[in-house]
Amino acid sequence: MRFVDEYRDPAAARTLVARINELAGARSYKFMEVCGGHTHTIYRHGIEHVLPDTVELVHGPGCPVCVIPMGRVDDAIAVAEQPGVIFTSFGDMMRVPGGSGNLLEAKARGADVRFVYSPLDALRLATEHPDREVVFFAVGFETTAPSTAITLLRARELGVTNFRVFCNHVTIVPPIRAILESPDLRLDGFLGPGHVSTVVGNRPYRFVPETYGKPLVTTGFEPLDILQAIAMLLVQIRDGRCEVENQYTRVVRDEGNPRALAVLAEVFELRPHFEWRGLGFISQSALRLRPEFAAFDAELHYDIPNVRVADPKACQCGEVLKGVIKPWECKVFGTACTPETPIGTCMVSSEGACAAYYNFGRLHREVAVTLGRPA
Amino acid sequence: MCLGIPGRLVEFLDSHEHLARVDVNGVGRIINIGLLEDEVLGPGDWVLIHVGFAMSKIDEEEARRALEGLQLMGQAYDEELTALAGSDITLAWDGGD
Repeated sequence: MRFVDEYRDPAAARTLVARINELAGARSYKFMEVCGGHTHTIYRHGIEHVLPDTVELVHGPGCPVCVIPMGRVDDAIAVAEQPGVIFTSFGDMMRVPGGSGNLLEAKARGADVRFVYSPLDALRLATEHPDREVVFFAVGFETTAPSTAITLLRARELGVTNFRVFCNHVTIVPPIRAILESPDLRLDGFLGPGHVSTVVGNRPYRFVPETYGKPLVTTGFEPLDILQAIAMLLVQIRDGRCEVENQYTRVVRDEGNPRALAVLAEVFELRPHFEWRGLGFISQSALRLRPEFAAFDAELHYDIPNVRVADPKACQCGEVLKGVIKPWECKVFGTACTPETPIGTCMVSSEGACAAYYNFGRLHREVAVTLGRPA
Repeated sequence: MCLGIPGRLVEFLDSHEHLARVDVNGVGRIINIGLLEDEVLGPGDWVLIHVGFAMSKIDEEEARRALEGLQLMGQAYDEELTALAGSDITLAWDGGD
């Protein structure tokens, strides 16, 4: 129980862990946490090591940086290297490797690549540099997509003509469905994402129990949230129920944020398909600009290579993202692939399973091994 | 990018619809609150900020917990705060005037 002492309310944590032990009994359970923020919490607080051996957490594809395929990074670099372009990106994407290097390397070669905090900063750059073309590398789930949408609405309102968006926004539901369809994995339930659900709400997850017979509990980012959600999943299974439940009622509402959903619908439409790192092509899983916003669409404006690049052979991010292997089971984990020199995307973002495990997990695992428990 | 940072609403900007000044970690920042226009929102309320936009209204207890969690993240939180400090979205709303 050593790690329990690091929790905000150790007494509550102990009670929850005892409850989980009692509920789990002798059967084995495998739950997937979809969101990278949850993966971070789980490793940061060593949650895997306070759980009984029979309750396994599997890390899912909910890290938007991690799921961008290498070819899209190459496309981004190709746009960044166009004459006259100021290419803007969130900091997280700068070190994500494509088939031919990353954005930081493109910057070192002379491309004008700038890091921005908000898409509105990219729009500001466009208004400040009317003689240049400013492109924003839009990534993220429904958590960040409404911000891009509002920025585009604002750009149109201002009549800005030198601002474009290279849209790589993805949606949370299709990868969950893809994982449920995958024969590789047998899951007993899901920890539903927190912040994404503030936008989409809990309703879009209903297909998980209704079509696939798996319970899902939307949860927050504290260790106590995760433990409580695991207990709620186990209670559902014990009672023979299978539902979408909300542990994170402090922030998430069933209907989500209707205003955010409305601006998403106004600005974006679903792509017929989009490639995900590790999961391959998934139908209707990503967003592109509606035809009304074509003037702002970088994909229509620039000659984009659009070449599919296979992941490096050594990299097993795909299997990590599907939860088929644990980060440390990858051949290059911690040796050829580290947060300083990442080969795979999961090692780049602080919410990627490999980076989280690299930063926090090894110690916990070593302690567990020392204590004679398999990690 | 995925980190939601709590901020406390200080005032609405009369000059800019949908913009508000918030206190984030003791520093005043301007953010967009357009996505919360259906909420009852006033000075003193807490919001969760993603990439310069308030995405949800939260209570003070949730804000405190979220801040504690973020402080544990160390470098990632520091980087996000630095990025937020370097952001100036008012000009995008002005159209560079």
